[in-house]
Amino acid sequence: MIEDSSRKKGTLWPMMAGALAGLAALGLAACNGAGEESADTNGAGNGDGLVRFNPDPYPSTYTPFPSEVVLIQGATVFDGIGGEFENYDVLMQDGRIAGIGEGLEAPEGATLVDGRGRYVTPGVIDIHSHLGVYPSPGVSAHQDGNEITAPVTAEVWAEHGVWPQDPGFDAALAGGVTTLHVLPGSANLFGGRGITLRNVPSRSVQGMKFPDAPYTLKMACGENPKRVYGSQGRAPGSRMGNMAGYREAWQRAVEYRRAWNRYWDAGDADATVPTRNLELDTLMGVLEGEILIQMHCYRADEMALVLDMAEEFDYRVTTFHHAVEAYKIGDMLAERDVCAAVWADWGGFKMEAYDSINENLALVHDAGACAMIHSDDQLGIQRLNQEVAKALAAGRRLGIEVTDGEAVAWFTANPARGLGIFAETGSLEAGKRADLVLWSAHPFSSYAVADHVYIDGALMFDREDPARRTVRDFTLGQPGEGVL
Amino acid sequence: MMKSLISAAALAAIGLGAASAQTIAVTNGRVVTNAEAGIVENGSVLIQDGLIVAAGANVAIPAGVETIDANGGWITPGIFHPHTQLGLIEVGGERSTSDVSAPAASFTAAIDVADGFNPAGGHIPDSRRRGITRFAVFPSTASGIIGGRGALASSTGAPDSLFNDRTFLYIDLSQSGAQTAGGSRNAAWAYLRAAFEDARFYPGRFMAHHEGDAINRFDAASLVSAVRGEIPIVLQVERASDIRRALRFAQQHPSARFILAGAAESWMVADEIAAAGIPVIMDPLRNLPASFDVLAARLDAPARLHAAGVTTAYTTISADLYFNPRLITQHAGNAVAHGASWEDAFRAITLTPAEIYGVGDRYGALAEGYAGDVVIWDGDPLEVMSAPVAVIIDGETQSMISRQSRLAARYAERVPDGQYGYRH
Repeated sequence: MIEDSSRKKGTLWPMMAGALAGLAALGLAACNGAGEESADTNGAGNGDGLVRFNPDPYPSTYTPFPSEVVLIQGATVFDGIGGEFENYDVLMQDGRIAGIGEGLEAPEGATLVDGRGRYVTPGVIDIHSHLGVYPSPGVSAHQDGNEITAPVTAEVWAEHGVWPQDPGFDAALAGGVTTLHVLPGSANLFGGRGITLRNVPSRSVQGMKFPDAPYTLKMACGENPKRVYGSQGRAPGSRMGNMAGYREAWQRAVEYRRAWNRYWDAGDADATVPTRNLELDTLMGVLEGEILIQMHCYRADEMALVLDMAEEFDYRVTTFHHAVEAYKIGDMLAERDVCAAVWADWGGFKMEAYDSINENLALVHDAGACAMIHSDDQLGIQRLNQEVAKALAAGRRLGIEVTDGEAVAWFTANPARGLGIFAETGSLEAGKRADLVLWSAHPFSSYAVADHVYIDGALMFDREDPARRTVRDFTLGQPGEGVL
Repeated sequence: MMKSLISAAALAAIGLGAASAQTIAVTNGRVVTNAEAGIVENGSVLIQDGLIVAAGANVAIPAGVETIDANGGWITPGIFHPHTQLGLIEVGGERSTSDVSAPAASFTAAIDVADGFNPAGGHIPDSRRRGITRFAVFPSTASGIIGGRGALASSTGAPDSLFNDRTFLYIDLSQSGAQTAGGSRNAAWAYLRAAFEDARFYPGRFMAHHEGDAINRFDAASLVSAVRGEIPIVLQVERASDIRRALRFAQQHPSARFILAGAAESWMVADEIAAAGIPVIMDPLRNLPASFDVLAARLDAPARLHAAGVTTAYTTISADLYFNPRLITQHAGNAVAHGASWEDAFRAITLTPAEIYGVGDRYGALAEGYAGDVVIWDGDPLEVMSAPVAVIIDGETQSMISRQSRLAARYAERVPDGQYGYRH
């Protein structure tokens, strides 16, 4: 699918070819491997007569928007990996970062952007969003983020609930968001697969899917699952029940994986094929290390238990989300190489959020763990730079030394790492996708707004150009048409 | 205005009694007065017996008084949050810790948040630490459109910190009000008109039979003061059509006074609101069509309201009203980012709220005779990276410690499990 679209678009926008060649090189294993048999997701592959599944039956059709060669000159540039450079240039070519440095030479025909007095960061990445699955307007028909019918629903996929017409995507873009991770909610122990999206308008979710980004699995600790199901007189009704529910599912996944591996290892095309189970497919993907665990967990003691559970069943937790008490166990997170995605100051809305402190992010960072901001909110996603600024300022007041450059990683490089896409985005390094924001002022100021937002080198938002705005179908003809 | 006189008397009785008789000077800062003096560089503020004596340039500081050096920071009036539920909720999800609403109660206007308000509420110290010195306390609605009467409090945490009770009546006429009224806006307005009639003819109507058309005798007795305009009515409305309806209702009831809260689409009706002289309490951060009630919400709404001359104060609906009222400075900063002037935005979280509640002669400005509520900041208070370094209320320097600051200090020191206990 990807190769097809690159051929088709290649003639129209030649500068895209490089970026798409990059994609092709990375390869969508499913597309390449499944070949002509991909139409049958239960079909045979590899020519050995064994049944295999297509791991990517709803493949990305994302195609970068048209871009030009753009040279931003004389800006203060944060590269997302700790660096802050004054009077720097950033060159974008073929949708990729072609260079950052002082006094870069403008290629012929390049569009020059005056960056003096302005600031550049990598595009904002939100690792925790429900845009599309809990879209605006938040009417009852739009509640597509929680499959509240059973506590273990690893078989549901957030992308199957994403409404690409959510006006929240445009507001997030105006706040500099170039990539976002949309997850199911936290009603369930296993909420389902999350999906990483490019923040571009599209008629289908496939048109937004970040090519080759790993799938993720949302899990949830604590109050939400036990409240939702306990109140129905079902399990789980306590934190004990939560743990029992996870472990029971992991054990089934272990056995499922064993059955399939036994079948594939035997190599006997006539052997009885194990029964496919969509829920266990996802859990098996986690055990294989292909699907990343993104786990909603507030309390420190619960995170400590989950870390042991991950060892018990031999999988990895990539990131704890919300992680209100991560600051209490920064050392444990660092030791196990688990990230914490947190708010700057949300708290108090339930007991497990009672110990929320503004210094959380900085304390986790200071303990040597990978820490980042996240929004979980259609408004918060519009100003993650400010959320980082608050967390940074609180940390500094506590005596924690963090540079502005390091803190920029909290909304760029670190969420990219947490999503397994850092090789492609999250920093301004030559060869990476040209996802960046040109800010009107220092991004840690209340008064800073995104002047330009580029995704794969394409200017997707220009504050000065109302014509370059997406008006979602829903707002068309409404009093709020195209308004941010 | 009658209300101002009442509050002044109440203050004399309870508020200022607690203030110290000492003199404090705050010097060497950028003084935002919200008064004639405007913004004064290298200014000072002098507080005596809990009241501002002088603020601005060339303030004579008597020898030997306690002096706080602002070190070039900002010196401002305390933040006045016009719309909180501080002191009414500890944990949002725990019904047992919340006194904001009473789903099973039959009372409406008779409900008085002063009864449930806890000056020692767990989120008040952190609000104070972020510069909030005064705040309005709101009930919610649950079983009908009339939530009850709200109050004004300081953030000292002292037993007498609630300084003005039965200050306003809260009524919800938005989408959610329509639901609590039985299912439609039409029903909500019919109920409100009936309740007004019940109160207008109180107590006569209740002599013959004990029930009114909408509300009972006890509620009617409480609603009377709002119907007569002795206290304002805060109407929660969002949609432009509801706001127009509210303006019409206000016109039909000239003795009553109204304030609009929520008001997401108020910018569309700004000229009419301004002409009616009705103030608005709105959240600068709401900009999505999150419901059919707020389709036209937009980030430059504050700028548009200010430009139209609407008396506009800001709130933090989109964050929350009990844990994060402290974010009101960020909300104001974003209003500036989207076109409001700094002066209008800062006023919208200080003097304007005080004026809306009839206490603008006591709070929200640094001028002679105002309460000694002063915050010293390490930078522009509307910048997200700024924070207060000192907070003074009624002339008394306040504690900057909160449960949150204690937790942060405790975990700033990394202690392995074997040495974990016995720490304070």
